[in-house]
Amino acid sequence: MRSSNLRLFLLGGLLVTIGLALVVSGFASSQPDGLEKVATDKGFLETARDHPLADGPLADYAVKGVDNQRLSAGLSGLIGVLVTFGLGLALFALVRALRSRGQDSDPTRAP
Amino acid sequence: MHIPDGFINAPTSLAAGAVAAGGVGVSLRRAAQTLQERQAPLAGLVAAYIFAVQMLNFPVAAGTSGHLLGGVLAAVLVGPWAGCLCVAVVLVVQSLLIADGGLTALGLNITNMAVVGVFGGWAIFWLLRRALPATRTSVVVSSGIAAGISVVLAAAAFVVEYAIGGAGHAPVGTVLAAMVGVHTLIGIGEGVITALTVGVVLGVRPDLVYGAQDLQTPLVLGTEPQRAAEEVR
Repeated sequence: MRSSNLRLFLLGGLLVTIGLALVVSGFASSQPDGLEKVATDKGFLETARDHPLADGPLADYAVKGVDNQRLSAGLSGLIGVLVTFGLGLALFALVRALRSRGQDSDPTRAP
Repeated sequence: MHIPDGFINAPTSLAAGAVAAGGVGVSLRRAAQTLQERQAPLAGLVAAYIFAVQMLNFPVAAGTSGHLLGGVLAAVLVGPWAGCLCVAVVLVVQSLLIADGGLTALGLNITNMAVVGVFGGWAIFWLLRRALPATRTSVVVSSGIAAGISVVLAAAAFVVEYAIGGAGHAPVGTVLAAMVGVHTLIGIGEGVITALTVGVVLGVRPDLVYGAQDLQTPLVLGTEPQRAAEEVR
């Protein structure tokens, strides 16, 4: 019961997350963020170098070849969310494995 | 808040890389000791959620926007150790996949957002929890306030790096005033998004919220014998 609830919660959370990255991101402000604005005002924006991967297929939240700006941002967000979720799951599975190799505790015990 | 390559010189970036590696290393070890089984998939979701919400820039002042950093959100939901790892994963994906945040600046960004933002913010959350009554409302309010302040802490950490190895020529004092000013406004958004998200998770699955674990224990202890007694009857 509880584990199925957890699965349902995770699925719901993932759907909300995908919705935010895929759809809502298209309506985000495109103004410079706080640091970029300060760098512009204080005259050190030009000290920034181009990112080595600035020509990558997903660079700057846009999928290369997709011209519609909102769709491009949304798709890059979807891919980023899935990659982050996958990496996160793998990392925290590894973290759990490190635990059980060391001193595993009774899983039914309250913290 | 994502520092591009070039803003901060190589030695300072390298030193920040060491701080970041230390913070992530300790977090890995401590998360391995403390992370609950049911919280492991939640931590993956928290990382993905932070990635998504970091895309949602909101306007804060004329010609300026801000977005969630997510440090306190992650710490309150899955604990500061796993929370640090969540934000670090997001920053790595952003730097390598999206070219958002520099490559040589990755250590700076992890230091500011995953170490200073998470642990600084968690410390404030912890203090507020102790000062306020032990209720869910206190958890929500504390997470919002701590989240707001954590943005200013992360901004201050950038100014420290700028003071040590900034490539720009603007005086540190004016950069500090500008960074703290604009990130106080961004912090309000951070606080609102964090409080809303923590509030929703507390409403749906309060048992999953690390920062509210102390509110759970009496409830569990109270219902278990009762349920057992009902089954006997």
